[in-house]
Order: sequence, then structure tokens, then C-alpha cells
Amino acid sequence: MTSRLVDTVNILVPTGALGAGVREADLTAGVAAGAHGIACDAGSTDSGPAYLATGQSKYARDSVKSDLAILMRAQAAAGIPLLIGSCGTSGCDDALDWVRDIALEIALEEGLHPRIALLYSEQRPSTMMALAEQGRMEPLAPVATVDPAAFSACDRIVALMGPEPYMAAIEAGADIVLGGRTTDTAVLAALPLLRGMGVGASWHAGKIAECGGQCTLNPRAGGVMIRVGRDAFEVEPLDPDNRCLPSTVSAHMLYENSDPFFLYEPGGMLDVSQAEYHAATDRVVQVTGSRFISRPYTMKLEGAAAGDYQTVMLVGIQDRAVLAEIDRFIAQMHAYMVHRVKETMGDRVAEFDISLRPYGWNAVSGDLIGPPLPAPREIGLLFIATAATQELATQIAKTCNPVLFHMPLDVDRELPSFAFPFSPPEMERGRAFEFKLNHVVHVDQPDELVRVSLINAGASVHVQGQ
Amino acid sequence: MSKVSEVCRHVRSKNAGPFWITVDVFFRDRAAFERYAESPELQVPAIAALFDVDEDSIKRFVLPNLQVLKVSYPRKRPQGGALERDMHGGQQYLRLLDVELSSMLA
Repeated sequence: MTSRLVDTVNILVPTGALGAGVREADLTAGVAAGAHGIACDAGSTDSGPAYLATGQSKYARDSVKSDLAILMRAQAAAGIPLLIGSCGTSGCDDALDWVRDIALEIALEEGLHPRIALLYSEQRPSTMMALAEQGRMEPLAPVATVDPAAFSACDRIVALMGPEPYMAAIEAGADIVLGGRTTDTAVLAALPLLRGMGVGASWHAGKIAECGGQCTLNPRAGGVMIRVGRDAFEVEPLDPDNRCLPSTVSAHMLYENSDPFFLYEPGGMLDVSQAEYHAATDRVVQVTGSRFISRPYTMKLEGAAAGDYQTVMLVGIQDRAVLAEIDRFIAQMHAYMVHRVKETMGDRVAEFDISLRPYGWNAVSGDLIGPPLPAPREIGLLFIATAATQELATQIAKTCNPVLFHMPLDVDRELPSFAFPFSPPEMERGRAFEFKLNHVVHVDQPDELVRVSLINAGASVHVQGQ
Repeated sequence: MSKVSEVCRHVRSKNAGPFWITVDVFFRDRAAFERYAESPELQVPAIAALFDVDEDSIKRFVLPNLQVLKVSYPRKRPQGGALERDMHGGQQYLRLLDVELSSMLA
């Protein structure tokens, strides 16, 4: 067995995402095992562009509050820093303020008085457009160009912070750092980097632990502890019954990464191509050979905007003749719907889209399926109308309602009636959101595009009338 | 010839950011990895045809320690938008499962 590391900086990573679930027992175990800080991430682009475009959180307020309360109690009891990145899913200013307000509410309810640093990294579209015109933007593959108009087309833009604003906030005396959009890795690497641990080991440890227990044998069994040294780091599950193996840890480099060996971060590139993963015990993995190669400081940008409106309907079909010829049936239905909308709504809808997606057949792929596949027993046929306004999308849906309900396979057949689950069947879905940017911006200083504020929670309670 | 689904213990796909999909193919064991990871059906031209993307845009990695083949390719459209059918890219691996692989060993 490999000899264990000494003089490490230990980071308790309680979960892959604030709001997804934190276990109080993990905090107790991690603090008892010598955690020097608690860090996790609270956001991602993975669930789609709506969260950035609207500033809404993916997780429920009560879920976030429940997790955050556990973390804040542990922070106060142990007197160690708590760092949370990408607050409120997108990490935009409104989302960060939403998490700030939850933290202040918890502080009041629990009688806690932490000093909280807030790191804002949302960017004005007009400022980003100006930076694009100055040549400070670089596109990331598969985007090949920088079009300044793409920046002004965004409803919201965030720049992904590196560890430096977190390090500065801790040095300024913050007990808790709530960050806007940040690379997952940077939030976890900040404290080891601040305390002088190895740069390659700090970044690689952050990457391995970014999804909490995802790098363990049982990802559902809570979080992990990373122990970062000068030339190596260790990762260990917080649950005593869970294990990390060299294969579970190294396989995490595959997860949601397009390249498993090289990761671009704000101030450089993490190179794990020479990394070695050893079993330090039967449940602790030690990693050596991680390297971080400094590069000009850039921040990745994420931008999203609201697009057209959608109205949807769902109908269930068990008709055996239809199910024996689904593709022909749907092609006919689609053609007739488009014809009816043009015939009745005319110039009022210059541009619209009707999408028919038979769940239980080929809705997910959209690929045509030929025989000899057996017919399904039933399908759920999802109708989606997309148009410039909600009113138009709904009028298109209402126009198509009788077609979706009664369309026969052939004209000489009696009209069928398919199974609507709702009355009315149409559901106004709001807007379809889009990601607009895949760029990095060059900055002179890591905090050039970051705004910081420090607040004392629970310190200035003023009850009116007393 | 064997299908991907027959020689792998796990095949998965997922977004790698809003602009990329990455597919991880975990072979059943060392023997299956050595026999099939370099099959012509898992080389860049075949992968490009399967996912309908340019050959130049594909990233392909072979990881002997994990007995894994990893391929990443750009989405036709960014994640989201009116035409999205698989928001997290989690079902895109299905295209690979029935691909028949030629053995690279005699």
C-alpha cells in the first residue's frame, strides 16, 4: 500500500450540487476527520438554458435551504470556511441574491453570525459586445467566429470565475463565500491553493470531487473528502461504508468532459495525462502526477436568451391500425395540420413550427424506424407548436386540436377519437430558451469582471415597533 | 462479429457543456477491449457517419487502464431551443448499441 500523505489541506465536499441533498452525518464525519474547509458547487449548464435566461433555480427553495442550513451549522460549529460556487444554478446576479437571502434567513433562524462574501460575475451584454469589438473574445470549438451581435442577443451572460476571488474573500475574513458562476473545479481548489498546496494536485482534486460522490463506488452515498498535498492528493468517501477505487476515481475524468486528459481552466490547463491513481487503503485513493500549465487568464462565458413561445398537447393512441403504420400516419397528420393553420390563420403566422413526437416509437431520436420492428402497444403523441407569441402558439394548437384528436389513418375510415388526458388539452409552455455563447474573454486580472460585497449575517436584526 | 451491447458492461452519453456530447464505452473486460476497441466500426469515419457529424470535429480517446473508448462530438444545435429532443444528451449512446464490431484479433 502507498504511504499516506501528511500536512494536507482537507476539503469536505458534501454534495455534487447544493439542493440535491446533503447528509448531516457527512459533515460530522468530515469535520471530525480534520476538514479545513467545506466547498461545493450549486449550479451547472447541464439542465439547459432556461435557468440562465430566467435567473430561476433548478432546485426547490426548500431543498436549497435544507442543504445550506446543514452546511452553515457545520461551518459555524467547526469555524472553517464554507465556499459555494455557481449559486442558484446559473450563478447570475439574481440567482446569487436568491441564495444570499436564503442564507440570511437561515442565519436569523439559527442564531448564526457569519461574515458572508458575495462574488458577482454576471456581465452586461453591451460590455461584452464592446470587449468583442476590442478583440478580447476567443471562440471555443465548435463555434469558429466572434460575432459581437451574439453578445447583445443574450438576456443574461455570466463569466466563469477561477479560484482567485474566493481566495481573496477568505483572506479578507469571510466565513462563507457565495459565488456567482464559477468553474466547479475552482471552488474546491481555492483553499488548497490559498494555503500553498500543489497547483496540479489542487486543481485535479477539485475536478475529481466536483460531483461529490460520483467518483466513489456508490455515488448515492453522500460526499467525499479531498486531502491535497504538495505533489499528490487523496480522495475518500465521507460514508464509512462507501469506497473510492483507482478505477472509480480515474473514470470520473470521463464524466461530462469532452477530453479526459486536458481541462481548460481560467488561468491555465490541467494536464492529467501522466496522473497515476493508487489505492492508499481499500477505500482511499491517492493521485500523483497531476500538472497545471499556466496560460493567459481567460474566463469562459455563458449566455442565454428566450426564443419563441410554445404550446403543447399530449394524446394517447392505442388504435392498432394506426400503430401498425405510425410513420405514415404522422407524416399525413403533420401535412394536414400545416395546411389547416395556413388555411385558417393565413398571414397572421408567417413563421411557425409544428413538431409531432410519438413517445413509445421514435420521439427521442427523431430517426425513421422501418419494419420489421413490432408495433408498440400504445404511444403518447406530443404535439408542439412554436411561434412568435404565446397567443399564436395557442391558436395554432387549437386549430390542430381536432386533427390531433380525430385524424384517421385513411380517409375512407370512420373518424377515431384518441385519448386526451386533459381538458383543455393544450398547455402553454412559455418560451423555448437557447444558449448563445461559447467563448472566452481575456482579462488582465482574475477579478477584472468580478464584483464583491461583504455582509454580516444575523448582525443587524431590527424588529419594527420595538 | 459482436454487437457493442454484447461486449460492453456499460455505454453512456451525456452533455459535455451545451455544445458537445460525449460517449463513454466501457468494455466488459480486458479481452473484449483488446479485441474490439480498435475495430473499424469504432474508428472516426464510422463514428462520424453514425452520429452524422464531420470527421474533423470528432475527439476519440482510448483508455487502456479503464478499458474504455471515449468519443466526443459537437451537437448540431446547442443544447436547448425549440427543436431539442434530449436536453442532457443522455440517450444518444443508443445509436451505438447495435453496431456490429469486427474483431481485431485472429
